[in-house]
Amino acid sequence: MTQQENTDFEVRSLDAIYVNESELQHKWYHNVKYLLTGILFGIVFVKSEVISWFRIQEMFRLQSFHMYGVIGSAVATGMLSVWLIKKFNIKTVYGEKIVFSPKKFNKGQIIGGLIFGFGWAITGACPGPMFAQIGAGATVVIVTLLSAIAGTWVYGKFREKLPH
Amino acid sequence: MLEFLKQPWPWYIAGPLIGLTVPALLIMGNKSFGISSSLRHICAACIPAKIPFFQYDWKKEVWNLFFVAGILIGGFIAAQLLSNPANVVVNPKLATELAGYGITDYHSLIPAQLFNWPQLLSAKGLILMVGGGFMVGFGTRYAGGCTSGHAIMGLSTLQWPSLIATICFMIGGFVMANLILPFILNL
Repeated sequence: MTQQENTDFEVRSLDAIYVNESELQHKWYHNVKYLLTGILFGIVFVKSEVISWFRIQEMFRLQSFHMYGVIGSAVATGMLSVWLIKKFNIKTVYGEKIVFSPKKFNKGQIIGGLIFGFGWAITGACPGPMFAQIGAGATVVIVTLLSAIAGTWVYGKFREKLPH
Repeated sequence: MLEFLKQPWPWYIAGPLIGLTVPALLIMGNKSFGISSSLRHICAACIPAKIPFFQYDWKKEVWNLFFVAGILIGGFIAAQLLSNPANVVVNPKLATELAGYGITDYHSLIPAQLFNWPQLLSAKGLILMVGGGFMVGFGTRYAGGCTSGHAIMGLSTLQWPSLIATICFMIGGFVMANLILPFILNL
């Protein structure tokens, strides 16, 4: 193994929520289930108006409960699910143990978090809704998405020089 | 049934469905819910430019790209088959404020008067679309996640750094929407 292959997992784990390395190798079509999950997710995004610029503006002006209800109940459902997975030691469909790794605090969560908050209020979209907005026909959001990719790239370029 | 589905879905339907994505991805293959990482994988796949942060085997994360491609297709399906012909209903206070900036068109979830191709040639459009997008991409990676990764996945697994990140997202959003965005929209 070369040096590069040895550090692949570490590099991928940087500034990620966390990365799970599966021991199993699957053919590409196993990814279709993630595509289908994404499709359902995208439909929910549009129909609940989470992708709406107007709804985001209401949220940041405390003029509507809608977004707080969506995010709050999503977190509650996620928490309960994770608790059940841990409690009953639920495995993946491939029979692997589901693992969670703790996230370390760094200053990026504050500085980057504030910068993302600015961008969220301006564009009315976090990364997920951008994809749904494009699909829903707002083609100009392609420019916003490309700019977000550029932002990610610039972060990667200057990562070592930024406070963490 | 179809008529019912075409109505805007209430938060108590949408929120739990979004939350169920967390166990769905975990059980399907030990994947942690997160969307902003897809932007990084696109960088690693298309423009790695020898930057260490992008030197990894993005194909191991390809599930994430399938997932966001699905979101795009889902957006298309919802808009084509389940679209609601009525205008977006917003708080009257917001409508009054936005009318002051000349935003009066509520036929689309994304205000057509702000987000359109010709608008890209104006300072306002550049700040909103190019500037805003850049901050989303830069900020989410610097923070290590977005609303899905930190607010939903991170809080679901009781990680306090994710709580800090989520609070900072909200502070940033409140400051921008209330104190800075009015100047941009007046341009």
